[in-house]
Amino acid sequence: MQQSAVTPATDPTIKSPLLRVENVVKHFPTGGAFGRAVVHAVDDVSLAIQQGETLGLVGESGCGKSTLGRVIVQLQPATSGHIYFKDTDLTKLRGEKLRRMRQQVQMIFQDPYASLNPRMTVGDIVSEPLRNFRVARGRKAEQKVQEVMRVVGLNPGFVNRYPHEFSGGQRQRIGIARALVLNPTFMVADEPVSALDVSIQAQIVNLMEDLQTQFNLTYLFIAHELAVVRHISDRIAVMYLGKIVEIGPSDAIRDRPLHPYTKVLESSVPVPDPDLEAARKPILLKGEIPSPVNPPPACRFHTRCPIAQKICSEVEPPLEMKESGRFAACHFAGQL
Amino acid sequence: MRAVDGISFDVDRGEIVGVVGESGSGKTMTALSLLRLVPEPGKITGRILYGENDVLEMTDDEIREFRGNEVAMIFQDPMTSMNPVLRVGFQIEEAMAAHRRFTGQQARDRVVPMLQRVRIPAAKERIKDFPHQFSGGMRQRAMIAMGVSNEPSLLIADEPTTALDVTVQASIIELLRDISRELRAAVILITHNMALVASLCNRVIVMYAGRIVEQGPTRAIFKNPQHPYTWSLLRSMPRMDEVGKERLVSIRGVPPDLGKLPTGCKFHPRCRFKVDRCLTEEPPLAEVDPEQLARCWVLMKNVPNPEMQS
Ligand SMILES: Nc1ncnc2c1ncn2[C@@H]1O[C@H](COP(=O)(O)OP(=O)(O)OP(=O)(O)O)[C@@H](O)[C@H]1O
Ligand code: SF4
Ligand code: SF4
Ligand SMILES: [Mg+2]
Repeated sequence: MQQSAVTPATDPTIKSPLLRVENVVKHFPTGGAFGRAVVHAVDDVSLAIQQGETLGLVGESGCGKSTLGRVIVQLQPATSGHIYFKDTDLTKLRGEKLRRMRQQVQMIFQDPYASLNPRMTVGDIVSEPLRNFRVARGRKAEQKVQEVMRVVGLNPGFVNRYPHEFSGGQRQRIGIARALVLNPTFMVADEPVSALDVSIQAQIVNLMEDLQTQFNLTYLFIAHELAVVRHISDRIAVMYLGKIVEIGPSDAIRDRPLHPYTKVLESSVPVPDPDLEAARKPILLKGEIPSPVNPPPACRFHTRCPIAQKICSEVEPPLEMKESGRFAACHFAGQL
Repeated sequence: MRAVDGISFDVDRGEIVGVVGESGSGKTMTALSLLRLVPEPGKITGRILYGENDVLEMTDDEIREFRGNEVAMIFQDPMTSMNPVLRVGFQIEEAMAAHRRFTGQQARDRVVPMLQRVRIPAAKERIKDFPHQFSGGMRQRAMIAMGVSNEPSLLIADEPTTALDVTVQASIIELLRDISRELRAAVILITHNMALVASLCNRVIVMYAGRIVEQGPTRAIFKNPQHPYTWSLLRSMPRMDEVGKERLVSIRGVPPDLGKLPTGCKFHPRCRFKVDRCLTEEPPLAEVDPEQLARCWVLMKNVPNPEMQS
């Protein structure tokens, strides 16, 4: 293998990266009947996120999206690898220094129903990070809470209400307010609209876009579905069984996916247009996603890939730069 | 409380009709009413004609016969409708035997072909598996196999792909399309997913607050929606062919609580195109085109530059 090959973490088209993830691995030990098994939730992921951009992260259930998000914001420790935030390696920080950095990286959670403590009032939920990070208390905290509630479109008069008194969309606004209260610069949004009614999704997507402009936020936006991700993202990373298989600008990926799995995902999603639907030819995969406890060797997609060759089960294709700003991990990139 | 109110539609053999709406819009209630499965103390009034027969007038024996032999239902979560401690093959056999269309031996012989028909690989070996040994997609296939094993003439699929992964969804969509063709059954597809409707359905019924607000041929509904709710819903979704970042049209507010519905048009608190009359009088579901109906005083064709107003 070449020395010092360009990786998505050192992509020269990312001029001022806010965040760089290098060779991050997250394994979970799992009981199982055969003693020590390991879930390879995230395996050797590298990427960079440009200041002010939205990077979308897509992939099917269980491929490791949420885990990667949690590891990036340091809610879970990485098994190995580095996470540089403004050139400081978060995995090396401890104590007060880590806390100060963590204020700047926040997360909006997948399920607005499960992620809010039902016994806390909205005011307490939104102000909790202020207390945890000892940023503000008393009057000052109250003022800050009212301010962010207004920013996310919640009536500040509702501070004493409980989560169950709110609809799904409003709960997601509470989650966003909680993430926003520490004035972060970077946010991981883990499927923030997936659980919401269709007519509410656009409200939240628009809100997130407005907040990005207003506060110069950088997002990692996670979803399992391409349409919303493409709408909000400048670039997209596609994940399969713990690995990033393709990363590049959204438009380029839509117009000409390089990795066979990306192409399959593109073709699988029905679009709300009967004419386009009549023309769409889904590429159907055999089998289902293999277990992350026992991922297939070499290219993890080879058991389902429509164009797999012998080499695919023998040699792992590196995630390498195929064109300026475009990376794919495939021996036959662009050939499906 | 009226969960659904004044619903009328028909489905022909070989046709797939989509019922779309958000949570609480009454989609599932509508389907359950068709089978007289509305939970107590729910009541259904009106007529539900199956061929010549009124489902609401059927005796208990007749309704059991109807549910078992003529209709099949497929749900979002196959795990809840399968018995976890019985082998998959046995459950499919039971489903057939229970309705006396086939003898015990016939039912047994049909299990493997049924599973093959829904493209379960190595069906012969897999019939001995328990439901938890199947993946989500395979369970949904097995459910569909169970549903169609009696050759129903009406198939009701309630969010059949929602719980599944994208690539698995694609194969279930294809399967539903093929099955409806092979069986020449009438299919009612209940979903919140407009894209799924565009993909599968010949006709669409859009529900809001327990009412049909618009119905018509799929192409007309998508290309020429007349109800402001349908119009906004379609524009609130990101388009695949979008260039640059266009702002999504968002529908303000939230779907109404069926216990305290607004006066007049039930959509008026969220509607950007309302006029005075909308606040007090509920519009009827009226013809806007020979095959298209909409429940609106204004109709989108009478709104110049709707994008500018939203
Ligand atoms: N705390 C944990 N202990 C053990 N295994 C875990 C843990 N958290 C996640 N996993 C496993 O890691 C893998 C990746 O899970 P993760 O939640 O990151 O996937 P995801 O891509 O977010 O999926 P989804 O789309 O369903 O949210 C899965 O196999 C999951 O079961
Ligand atoms: S490396 Fe081979 S198996 Fe893997 S995606 Fe490329 S062609 Fe398919
Ligand atoms: S009747 Fe009035 S409020 Fe109702 S959808 Fe039509 S324009 Fe909007
Ligand atoms: Mg997740």
